[in-house]
Amino acid sequence: MERLYLPAAIAGIKVTLRHFFMRKVTMQYPEERWVVPEGYRGAPYLVKDQEGRTKCVSCQLCEFVCPPKAIRITPPGPQPNPTVGNVEKIPAEFNINMLRCIFCGLCQEVCPEEAIFLMKDYSLVGVARKDMIYNKEKLLSLGGTHNDQIHKWKRKADEAREQGLKV
Amino acid sequence: MAWIDNLSAAQQFVFLSLLKVVGAIAVVLPIVAYAVYAERKISAAVQDRIGPNRVGWFGLLQPLADGVKSFLKEDFVPAHVRKVYFWLAPAIVMIPSLVTLAVIPFGPTVGTRKLVIADLNVGILYTLGIVSLGVYGIVLAGYASNSKYPFMGGIRSSAQMISYEIAMGLSVIPVFLLVGDLNLSSVVGYQSHGLLSWLVFKQPVAFAIFLGAAFAETNRLPFDLPEAEQELAGGYNVEYSSMKFALFFMGEYANMVASSAMMVTLFFGGWTLPFFGLDQPSVSLSVGILHILIFLGKVVGLLGFFIWVRWMWPRFRYDQLMALGWKRFVPIALANILITAVWLWANK
Repeated sequence: MERLYLPAAIAGIKVTLRHFFMRKVTMQYPEERWVVPEGYRGAPYLVKDQEGRTKCVSCQLCEFVCPPKAIRITPPGPQPNPTVGNVEKIPAEFNINMLRCIFCGLCQEVCPEEAIFLMKDYSLVGVARKDMIYNKEKLLSLGGTHNDQIHKWKRKADEAREQGLKV
Repeated sequence: MAWIDNLSAAQQFVFLSLLKVVGAIAVVLPIVAYAVYAERKISAAVQDRIGPNRVGWFGLLQPLADGVKSFLKEDFVPAHVRKVYFWLAPAIVMIPSLVTLAVIPFGPTVGTRKLVIADLNVGILYTLGIVSLGVYGIVLAGYASNSKYPFMGGIRSSAQMISYEIAMGLSVIPVFLLVGDLNLSSVVGYQSHGLLSWLVFKQPVAFAIFLGAAFAETNRLPFDLPEAEQELAGGYNVEYSSMKFALFFMGEYANMVASSAMMVTLFFGGWTLPFFGLDQPSVSLSVGILHILIFLGKVVGLLGFFIWVRWMWPRFRYDQLMALGWKRFVPIALANILITAVWLWANK
Protein backbone atom coordinates (compact mmCIF):
# COMPACT_ATOMS: atom_id res chain seq x y z
CA MET A 1 0.00 0.00 0.00
CA GLU A 2 2.77 2.36 0.87
CA ARG A 3 4.55 1.69 -2.41
CA LEU A 4 1.61 3.24 -4.19
CA TYR A 5 2.46 6.46 -2.35
CA LEU A 6 -1.11 6.75 -1.12
CA PRO A 7 -0.21 7.65 2.48
CA ALA A 8 2.12 10.31 1.15
CA ALA A 9 -0.56 11.68 -1.15
CA ILE A 10 -3.10 11.85 1.67
CA ALA A 11 -0.55 13.53 3.93
CA GLY A 12 -0.08 16.09 1.18
CA ILE A 13 -3.82 16.73 1.06
CA LYS A 14 -3.96 17.24 4.81
CA VAL A 15 -0.99 19.61 4.91
CA THR A 16 -2.20 21.80 2.08
CA LEU A 17 -5.72 22.00 3.46
CA ARG A 18 -4.43 22.95 6.88
CA HIS A 19 -2.22 25.68 5.46
CA PHE A 20 -4.99 26.95 3.22
CA PHE A 21 -7.01 27.92 6.27
CA MET A 22 -4.17 29.11 8.49
CA ARG A 23 -3.52 32.76 9.24
CA LYS A 24 -1.28 34.28 6.58
CA VAL A 25 2.01 35.89 7.47
CA THR A 26 1.98 38.55 4.79
CA MET A 27 2.37 42.14 5.98
CA GLN A 28 0.61 44.78 3.87
CA TYR A 29 3.74 46.81 3.36
CA PRO A 30 3.12 50.49 2.89
CA GLU A 31 0.26 50.47 5.37
CA GLU A 32 1.86 48.23 7.98
CA ARG A 33 5.56 48.57 8.63
CA TRP A 34 7.80 46.33 10.59
CA VAL A 35 9.66 47.46 13.69
CA VAL A 36 13.31 48.12 12.87
CA PRO A 37 15.43 46.35 15.50
CA GLU A 38 18.28 48.04 17.33
CA GLY A 39 21.61 47.66 15.64
CA TYR A 40 19.95 47.51 12.21
CA ARG A 41 22.37 48.53 9.47
CA GLY A 42 20.40 51.13 7.54
CA ALA A 43 21.76 54.19 5.74
CA PRO A 44 24.90 55.88 7.21
CA TYR A 45 24.49 59.45 8.51
CA LEU A 46 26.73 62.01 10.23
CA VAL A 47 25.89 63.11 13.77
CA LYS A 48 26.32 66.23 15.91
CA ASP A 49 26.95 66.16 19.65
CA GLN A 50 24.84 67.87 22.29
CA GLU A 51 26.45 71.26 21.78
CA GLY A 52 25.68 71.16 18.09
CA ARG A 53 29.25 70.48 16.96
CA THR A 54 29.81 68.21 13.98
CA LYS A 55 31.78 65.33 15.37
CA CYS A 56 33.56 64.37 12.13
CA VAL A 57 37.23 65.46 11.98
CA SER A 58 38.04 64.48 8.36
CA CYS A 59 40.41 61.70 9.35
CA GLN A 60 39.23 59.91 6.16
CA LEU A 61 39.45 56.50 7.78
CA CYS A 62 35.90 55.69 6.68
CA GLU A 63 36.73 56.69 3.12
CA PHE A 64 39.70 54.37 3.24
CA VAL A 65 37.86 51.37 4.67
CA CYS A 66 34.66 51.65 2.59
CA PRO A 67 34.62 48.56 0.30
CA PRO A 68 32.75 50.05 -2.68
CA LYS A 69 34.34 53.52 -2.17
CA ALA A 70 30.98 55.16 -1.61
CA ILE A 71 32.35 57.91 0.70
CA ARG A 72 34.25 60.90 -0.73
CA ILE A 73 35.71 63.42 1.72
CA THR A 74 37.36 66.75 0.97
CA PRO A 75 39.28 67.86 4.06
CA PRO A 76 39.50 71.58 4.83
CA GLY A 77 42.63 73.53 3.90
CA PRO A 78 45.35 74.67 6.33
CA GLN A 79 43.48 77.88 7.34
CA PRO A 80 41.56 77.32 10.59
CA ASN A 81 37.82 77.58 10.26
CA PRO A 82 36.75 80.46 12.53
CA THR A 83 33.19 79.21 13.05
CA VAL A 84 34.04 75.98 14.80
CA GLY A 85 34.93 75.63 18.45
CA ASN A 86 37.90 73.44 19.13
CA VAL A 87 36.93 70.61 16.83
CA GLU A 88 39.74 70.94 14.39
CA LYS A 89 38.98 69.67 10.95
CA ILE A 90 35.34 69.65 9.93
CA PRO A 91 35.32 68.32 6.36
CA ALA A 92 34.83 70.83 3.58
CA GLU A 93 32.75 68.27 1.69
CA PHE A 94 31.51 64.85 2.71
CA ASN A 95 29.59 62.84 0.09
CA ILE A 96 28.18 59.37 0.44
CA ASN A 97 26.84 57.78 -2.76
CA MET A 98 23.89 55.81 -1.41
CA LEU A 99 23.74 53.76 -4.61
CA ARG A 100 27.23 52.42 -3.96
CA CYS A 101 26.88 51.97 -0.24
CA ILE A 102 26.58 48.32 0.71
CA PHE A 103 25.50 49.05 4.30
CA CYS A 104 28.30 46.95 5.72
CA GLY A 105 28.90 49.21 8.74
CA LEU A 106 32.69 49.27 8.42
CA CYS A 107 32.71 53.10 8.41
CA GLN A 108 30.83 53.11 11.73
CA GLU A 109 33.24 50.51 13.16
CA VAL A 110 36.39 52.34 12.13
CA CYS A 111 35.42 55.95 13.02
CA PRO A 112 37.49 57.11 16.03
CA GLU A 113 35.15 60.01 16.83
CA GLU A 114 31.81 58.18 16.77
CA ALA A 115 30.79 60.59 14.04
CA ILE A 116 29.10 58.32 11.51
CA PHE A 117 26.37 55.84 12.36
CA LEU A 118 24.24 53.44 10.36
CA MET A 119 20.69 54.40 11.21
CA LYS A 120 17.31 52.88 10.59
CA ASP A 121 16.47 54.12 7.07
CA TYR A 122 16.06 51.19 4.69
CA SER A 123 14.10 52.57 1.77
CA LEU A 124 16.00 55.34 0.02
CA VAL A 125 14.29 56.80 -3.00
CA GLY A 126 15.41 59.21 -5.69
CA VAL A 127 14.58 60.01 -9.30
CA ALA A 128 18.10 60.64 -10.56
CA ARG A 129 21.51 59.22 -9.74
CA LYS A 130 22.69 62.69 -8.75
CA ASP A 131 20.00 62.87 -6.09
CA MET A 132 21.32 59.77 -4.42
CA ILE A 133 24.73 61.26 -3.63
CA TYR A 134 24.04 62.70 -0.17
CA ASN A 135 26.24 65.67 0.78
CA LYS A 136 27.33 66.90 4.19
CA GLU A 137 24.27 69.03 4.92
CA LYS A 138 21.86 66.26 4.08
CA LEU A 139 23.78 63.67 6.05
CA LEU A 140 24.00 65.91 9.08
CA SER A 141 20.35 66.82 8.97
CA LEU A 142 19.32 63.19 8.71
CA GLY A 143 21.73 62.08 11.40
CA GLY A 144 20.45 64.10 14.30
CA THR A 145 22.15 64.38 17.66
CA HIS A 146 24.27 61.71 19.25
CA ASN A 147 24.06 61.34 22.98
CA ASP A 148 27.73 61.67 23.74
CA GLN A 149 28.79 60.36 27.14
CA ILE A 150 32.50 60.98 26.69
CA HIS A 151 32.45 64.75 25.92
CA LYS A 152 36.01 64.47 24.53
CA TRP A 153 36.26 67.89 23.00
CA LYS A 154 34.65 69.69 25.93
CA ARG A 155 37.29 68.22 28.21
CA LYS A 156 39.99 69.19 25.78
CA ALA A 157 38.57 72.72 25.55
CA ASP A 158 38.55 72.95 29.36
CA GLU A 159 42.19 71.77 29.48
CA ALA A 160 43.18 74.29 26.84
CA ARG A 161 41.49 77.11 28.76
CA GLU A 162 43.27 76.04 31.97
CA GLN A 163 46.54 76.18 30.14
CA GLY A 164 45.69 79.66 28.94
CA LEU A 165 45.47 78.79 25.24
CA LYS A 166 43.03 80.55 23.00
CA VAL A 167 39.98 78.36 22.50
CA MET B 1 -36.05 36.76 -32.46
CA ALA B 2 -38.45 36.16 -35.33
CA TRP B 3 -35.97 37.28 -37.96
CA ILE B 4 -33.81 34.29 -37.09
CA ASP B 5 -36.58 31.99 -38.27
CA ASN B 6 -36.87 33.93 -41.49
CA LEU B 7 -33.42 32.90 -42.62
CA SER B 8 -32.94 29.66 -44.43
CA ALA B 9 -31.85 26.59 -42.52
CA ALA B 10 -28.24 26.82 -43.66
CA GLN B 11 -27.97 30.47 -42.73
CA GLN B 12 -29.55 29.77 -39.37
CA PHE B 13 -27.01 27.07 -38.77
CA VAL B 14 -24.10 29.33 -39.64
CA PHE B 15 -25.42 32.18 -37.54
CA LEU B 16 -26.05 30.03 -34.49
CA SER B 17 -22.72 28.31 -34.81
CA LEU B 18 -20.95 31.63 -34.99
CA LEU B 19 -22.86 32.74 -31.93
CA LYS B 20 -21.84 29.63 -30.05
CA VAL B 21 -18.21 29.92 -31.11
CA VAL B 22 -18.01 33.53 -30.05
CA GLY B 23 -19.79 32.71 -26.82
CA ALA B 24 -17.49 29.79 -26.04
CA ILE B 25 -14.33 31.77 -26.67
CA ALA B 26 -15.66 34.77 -24.80
CA VAL B 27 -16.26 32.58 -21.79
CA VAL B 28 -13.12 30.45 -21.99
CA LEU B 29 -10.56 33.22 -22.41
CA PRO B 30 -11.59 35.10 -19.26
CA ILE B 31 -11.66 31.77 -17.43
CA VAL B 32 -8.09 31.21 -18.60
CA ALA B 33 -7.02 34.66 -17.44
CA TYR B 34 -8.69 34.20 -14.08
CA ALA B 35 -7.30 30.69 -13.77
CA VAL B 36 -3.88 32.31 -13.63
CA TYR B 37 -5.18 34.65 -10.94
CA ALA B 38 -6.78 31.74 -9.06
CA GLU B 39 -3.53 29.82 -9.26
CA ARG B 40 -1.62 32.68 -7.71
CA LYS B 41 -4.19 33.12 -4.94
CA ILE B 42 -4.54 29.43 -4.15
CA SER B 43 -0.82 28.78 -4.21
CA ALA B 44 -0.36 31.77 -1.94
CA ALA B 45 -2.98 30.52 0.51
CA VAL B 46 -1.38 27.10 0.66
CA GLN B 47 2.00 28.74 1.29
CA ASP B 48 0.74 30.95 4.15
CA ARG B 49 0.78 34.16 2.17
CA ILE B 50 -1.73 36.38 0.39
CA GLY B 51 -1.58 36.45 -3.38
CA PRO B 52 -2.08 39.54 -5.52
CA ASN B 53 -4.28 41.99 -3.64
CA ARG B 54 -3.28 45.43 -4.88
CA VAL B 55 -4.82 45.76 -8.34
CA GLY B 56 -8.52 46.32 -7.78
CA TRP B 57 -10.70 44.67 -5.16
CA PHE B 58 -8.80 41.66 -3.83
CA GLY B 59 -6.49 41.84 -6.81
CA LEU B 60 -9.25 40.84 -9.21
CA LEU B 61 -7.96 43.15 -11.92
CA GLN B 62 -4.56 41.47 -11.83
CA PRO B 63 -5.10 39.58 -15.12
CA LEU B 64 -5.76 42.93 -16.75
CA ALA B 65 -2.46 44.23 -15.44
CA ASP B 66 -0.74 41.07 -16.67
CA GLY B 67 -2.27 41.52 -20.10
CA VAL B 68 -1.10 45.12 -20.31
CA LYS B 69 2.36 44.02 -19.23
CA SER B 70 2.47 41.33 -21.91
CA PHE B 71 1.60 43.79 -24.60
CA LEU B 72 4.06 46.43 -23.53
CA LYS B 73 7.06 44.25 -22.79
CA GLU B 74 9.87 44.03 -25.30
CA ASP B 75 9.30 41.06 -27.57
CA PHE B 76 12.85 39.87 -27.78
CA VAL B 77 13.77 37.33 -30.46
CA PRO B 78 17.23 35.84 -29.86
CA ALA B 79 19.55 35.73 -32.83
CA HIS B 80 20.06 31.99 -32.94
CA VAL B 81 16.48 30.81 -33.29
CA ARG B 82 14.82 29.40 -36.35
CA LYS B 83 12.58 32.31 -37.09
CA VAL B 84 9.57 30.76 -38.79
CA TYR B 85 9.05 28.01 -36.24
CA PHE B 86 9.80 30.36 -33.37
CA TRP B 87 6.94 32.59 -34.40
CA LEU B 88 4.59 29.71 -35.21
CA ALA B 89 5.07 27.64 -32.08
CA PRO B 90 2.97 29.66 -29.60
CA ALA B 91 0.05 29.76 -32.00
CA ILE B 92 0.25 26.03 -32.56
CA VAL B 93 0.17 25.50 -28.81
CA MET B 94 -2.90 27.66 -28.33
CA ILE B 95 -5.02 26.36 -31.20
CA PRO B 96 -5.72 22.71 -30.18
CA SER B 97 -6.77 23.76 -26.69
CA LEU B 98 -9.43 26.06 -28.03
CA VAL B 99 -10.52 23.75 -30.83
CA THR B 100 -11.20 20.88 -28.40
CA LEU B 101 -14.08 22.91 -27.03
CA ALA B 102 -16.04 22.44 -30.22
CA VAL B 103 -17.51 19.08 -29.30
CA ILE B 104 -18.21 19.64 -25.64
CA PRO B 105 -21.89 20.07 -24.80
CA PHE B 106 -22.33 23.10 -22.60
CA GLY B 107 -25.98 22.51 -22.10
CA PRO B 108 -28.97 20.56 -23.26
CA THR B 109 -31.04 21.06 -26.33
CA VAL B 110 -32.90 24.28 -25.65
CA GLY B 111 -36.07 23.94 -27.63
CA THR B 112 -34.68 22.87 -30.97
CA ARG B 113 -31.28 24.46 -30.63
CA LYS B 114 -28.37 22.47 -29.39
CA LEU B 115 -25.86 24.02 -27.03
CA VAL B 116 -22.83 22.32 -28.48
CA ILE B 117 -20.84 23.86 -31.28
CA ALA B 118 -20.41 20.67 -33.30
CA ASP B 119 -22.58 17.73 -32.40
CA LEU B 120 -20.27 15.17 -33.93
CA ASN B 121 -21.23 11.54 -33.77
CA VAL B 122 -17.60 10.65 -33.17
CA GLY B 123 -16.98 13.33 -30.59
CA ILE B 124 -14.32 11.60 -28.55
CA LEU B 125 -12.32 10.57 -31.59
CA TYR B 126 -12.14 14.19 -32.65
CA THR B 127 -10.94 15.14 -29.20
CA LEU B 128 -8.23 12.52 -29.08
CA GLY B 129 -7.03 13.59 -32.50
CA ILE B 130 -6.85 17.23 -31.57
CA VAL B 131 -5.05 16.46 -28.32
CA SER B 132 -2.40 14.67 -30.35
CA LEU B 133 -1.87 17.89 -32.27
CA GLY B 134 -0.99 19.60 -29.05
CA VAL B 135 2.37 17.88 -29.04
CA TYR B 136 3.54 19.74 -32.13
CA GLY B 137 3.53 23.17 -30.61
CA ILE B 138 5.81 22.25 -27.75
CA VAL B 139 8.16 20.21 -29.87
CA LEU B 140 8.38 23.10 -32.32
CA ALA B 141 9.09 25.52 -29.49
CA GLY B 142 11.84 23.32 -28.16
CA TYR B 143 13.37 22.79 -31.59
CA ALA B 144 13.11 26.37 -32.74
CA SER B 145 14.71 27.80 -29.65
CA ASN B 146 17.98 26.22 -30.65
CA SER B 147 19.35 26.02 -27.13
CA LYS B 148 19.94 23.34 -24.50
CA TYR B 149 17.17 23.70 -21.98
CA PRO B 150 14.28 24.28 -24.35
CA PHE B 151 15.45 21.39 -26.47
CA MET B 152 15.49 19.01 -23.52
CA GLY B 153 12.15 20.35 -22.40
CA GLY B 154 10.65 19.85 -25.83
CA ILE B 155 11.95 16.31 -26.18
CA ARG B 156 10.77 15.26 -22.76
CA SER B 157 7.44 16.89 -23.25
CA SER B 158 6.78 15.25 -26.58
CA ALA B 159 7.68 11.80 -25.24
CA GLN B 160 5.50 12.34 -22.20
CA MET B 161 2.54 13.61 -24.14
CA ILE B 162 2.63 10.84 -26.70
CA SER B 163 2.81 8.15 -24.01
CA TYR B 164 -0.07 9.51 -22.02
CA GLU B 165 -2.27 10.00 -25.05
CA ILE B 166 -2.36 6.26 -25.38
CA ALA B 167 -3.32 5.85 -21.76
CA MET B 168 -5.96 8.54 -22.15
CA GLY B 169 -7.49 6.97 -25.21
CA LEU B 170 -7.55 3.51 -23.72
CA SER B 171 -8.99 4.67 -20.43
CA VAL B 172 -12.13 6.22 -21.92
CA ILE B 173 -13.09 3.19 -23.97
CA PRO B 174 -15.00 1.56 -21.08
CA VAL B 175 -17.01 4.78 -20.76
CA PHE B 176 -18.17 4.45 -24.33
CA LEU B 177 -18.77 0.76 -23.92
CA LEU B 178 -21.22 1.58 -21.19
CA VAL B 179 -22.86 4.46 -23.04
CA GLY B 180 -22.99 2.69 -26.35
CA ASP B 181 -22.49 5.80 -28.43
CA LEU B 182 -19.49 8.03 -29.18
CA ASN B 183 -21.58 11.20 -29.24
CA LEU B 184 -20.74 13.33 -26.23
CA SER B 185 -24.30 14.55 -25.81
CA SER B 186 -25.38 10.93 -25.38
CA VAL B 187 -22.72 10.49 -22.72
CA VAL B 188 -24.27 13.37 -20.81
CA GLY B 189 -27.71 11.94 -21.40
CA TYR B 190 -26.59 8.59 -19.98
CA GLN B 191 -25.53 10.31 -16.78
CA SER B 192 -28.73 12.19 -16.23
CA HIS B 193 -30.52 9.62 -14.10
CA GLY B 194 -29.46 10.65 -10.62
CA LEU B 195 -26.18 11.06 -8.79
CA LEU B 196 -25.08 7.45 -8.93
CA SER B 197 -25.39 7.26 -12.68
CA TRP B 198 -22.45 9.62 -12.99
CA LEU B 199 -19.69 7.72 -14.73
CA VAL B 200 -17.15 8.61 -12.09
CA PHE B 201 -18.94 6.18 -9.77
CA LYS B 202 -19.45 3.52 -12.39
CA GLN B 203 -15.93 3.61 -13.80
CA PRO B 204 -13.62 4.91 -11.08
CA VAL B 205 -10.56 3.24 -12.54
CA ALA B 206 -11.17 4.87 -15.89
CA PHE B 207 -11.58 8.19 -14.15
CA ALA B 208 -8.34 7.79 -12.21
CA ILE B 209 -6.35 6.93 -15.30
CA PHE B 210 -7.94 9.69 -17.33
CA LEU B 211 -7.17 12.16 -14.54
CA GLY B 212 -3.54 11.14 -14.45
CA ALA B 213 -3.29 11.24 -18.22
CA ALA B 214 -4.93 14.68 -18.28
CA PHE B 215 -2.31 15.97 -15.85
CA ALA B 216 0.38 14.58 -18.09
CA GLU B 217 -1.15 15.93 -21.27
CA THR B 218 -1.34 19.46 -19.95
CA ASN B 219 2.24 19.31 -18.65
CA ARG B 220 0.99 20.04 -15.22
CA LEU B 221 2.42 18.87 -11.92
CA PRO B 222 3.06 16.15 -10.89
CA PHE B 223 4.14 15.65 -14.48
CA ASP B 224 5.57 19.03 -15.33
CA LEU B 225 9.14 18.03 -15.99
CA PRO B 226 9.22 19.78 -19.40
CA GLU B 227 8.80 23.13 -17.79
CA ALA B 228 10.15 22.51 -14.34
CA GLU B 229 11.81 25.55 -13.04
CA GLN B 230 14.31 23.72 -10.93
CA GLU B 231 15.31 21.12 -13.46
CA LEU B 232 15.08 22.92 -16.73
CA ALA B 233 15.05 26.62 -15.94
CA GLY B 234 11.66 26.91 -17.54
CA GLY B 235 11.95 24.35 -20.28
CA TYR B 236 10.57 25.03 -23.68
CA ASN B 237 9.40 28.56 -23.00
CA VAL B 238 12.70 29.93 -21.79
CA GLU B 239 13.58 31.86 -24.94
CA TYR B 240 10.19 33.48 -25.28
CA SER B 241 9.19 36.86 -23.95
CA SER B 242 6.09 38.99 -23.60
CA MET B 243 3.25 38.10 -25.93
CA LYS B 244 4.60 34.77 -27.14
CA PHE B 245 5.27 33.68 -23.60
CA ALA B 246 1.84 34.85 -22.61
CA LEU B 247 0.40 32.75 -25.41
CA PHE B 248 2.25 29.67 -24.15
CA PHE B 249 1.03 30.30 -20.68
CA MET B 250 -2.52 30.88 -21.82
CA GLY B 251 -2.31 27.82 -24.04
CA GLU B 252 -1.34 25.71 -21.06
CA TYR B 253 -4.25 27.00 -19.03
CA ALA B 254 -6.64 26.69 -21.97
CA ASN B 255 -5.52 23.09 -22.24
CA MET B 256 -6.34 22.67 -18.58
CA VAL B 257 -9.77 24.18 -19.13
CA ALA B 258 -10.38 21.90 -22.11
CA SER B 259 -9.30 18.82 -20.14
CA SER B 260 -11.50 19.81 -17.23
CA ALA B 261 -14.43 20.33 -19.56
CA MET B 262 -13.78 16.91 -21.06
CA MET B 263 -13.67 15.29 -17.66
CA VAL B 264 -16.84 16.99 -16.55
CA THR B 265 -18.61 15.80 -19.68
CA LEU B 266 -17.39 12.25 -19.51
CA PHE B 267 -17.41 11.55 -15.82
CA PHE B 268 -19.27 14.16 -13.86
CA GLY B 269 -22.48 14.42 -15.76
CA GLY B 270 -21.81 17.46 -17.94
CA TRP B 271 -24.49 20.06 -17.45
CA THR B 272 -26.84 17.95 -15.34
CA LEU B 273 -27.42 18.24 -11.65
CA PRO B 274 -29.21 15.35 -9.96
CA PHE B 275 -31.51 17.63 -7.95
CA PHE B 276 -34.44 19.83 -8.92
CA GLY B 277 -35.12 17.93 -12.12
CA LEU B 278 -32.17 19.63 -13.70
CA ASP B 279 -31.12 16.52 -15.48
CA GLN B 280 -33.65 16.82 -18.27
CA PRO B 281 -33.32 18.89 -21.40
CA SER B 282 -34.76 22.28 -20.73
CA VAL B 283 -37.54 24.08 -22.53
CA SER B 284 -36.82 27.64 -21.58
CA LEU B 285 -33.79 29.83 -22.14
CA SER B 286 -33.29 30.63 -18.47
CA VAL B 287 -33.05 26.99 -17.48
CA GLY B 288 -30.68 26.51 -20.37
CA ILE B 289 -28.48 29.25 -18.99
CA LEU B 290 -28.69 27.62 -15.57
CA HIS B 291 -27.43 24.41 -17.14
CA ILE B 292 -24.50 26.27 -18.67
CA LEU B 293 -23.71 27.77 -15.30
CA ILE B 294 -23.79 24.34 -13.68
CA PHE B 295 -21.37 23.10 -16.31
CA LEU B 296 -19.06 26.05 -15.73
CA GLY B 297 -19.24 25.52 -11.99
CA LYS B 298 -18.06 21.95 -12.34
CA VAL B 299 -15.27 22.97 -14.71
CA VAL B 300 -14.13 25.62 -12.25
CA GLY B 301 -14.16 23.07 -9.47
CA LEU B 302 -11.96 20.72 -11.45
CA LEU B 303 -9.65 23.59 -12.34
CA GLY B 304 -9.28 24.31 -8.65
CA PHE B 305 -8.32 20.67 -8.19
CA PHE B 306 -5.68 20.95 -10.93
CA ILE B 307 -4.23 24.01 -9.24
CA TRP B 308 -4.37 22.45 -5.79
CA VAL B 309 -2.52 19.34 -6.92
CA ARG B 310 0.28 21.45 -8.33
CA TRP B 311 1.12 22.83 -4.93
CA MET B 312 0.55 19.60 -3.08
CA TRP B 313 2.49 16.75 -4.63
CA PRO B 314 6.12 16.47 -5.70
CA ARG B 315 7.21 16.04 -9.25
CA PHE B 316 7.79 12.72 -10.95
CA ARG B 317 11.25 11.92 -12.19
CA TYR B 318 11.38 11.35 -15.91
CA ASP B 319 11.92 7.59 -15.79
CA GLN B 320 9.22 7.25 -13.15
CA LEU B 321 6.93 9.23 -15.40
CA MET B 322 7.50 7.03 -18.42
CA ALA B 323 7.26 3.87 -16.35
CA LEU B 324 3.96 5.06 -14.94
CA GLY B 325 2.58 5.77 -18.39
CA TRP B 326 3.60 2.62 -20.14
CA LYS B 327 3.98 0.01 -17.46
CA ARG B 328 1.07 0.90 -15.21
CA PHE B 329 -1.56 3.01 -16.91
CA VAL B 330 -1.72 1.15 -20.20
CA PRO B 331 -2.05 -2.38 -18.73
CA ILE B 332 -4.57 -1.22 -16.15
CA ALA B 333 -6.60 0.56 -18.83
CA LEU B 334 -6.54 -2.55 -21.00
CA ALA B 335 -7.61 -4.72 -18.10
CA ASN B 336 -10.41 -2.27 -17.38
CA ILE B 337 -11.65 -2.50 -20.95
CA LEU B 338 -11.61 -6.27 -20.77
CA ILE B 339 -13.46 -6.41 -17.49
CA THR B 340 -16.08 -3.91 -18.59
CA ALA B 341 -16.64 -5.74 -21.85
CA VAL B 342 -16.99 -9.09 -20.12
CA TRP B 343 -19.38 -7.64 -17.54
CA LEU B 344 -21.53 -6.07 -20.25
CA TRP B 345 -21.62 -9.24 -22.25
CA ALA B 346 -22.53 -11.28 -19.20
CA ASN B 347 -25.36 -8.91 -18.30
CA LYS B 348 -26.81 -8.51 -21.76
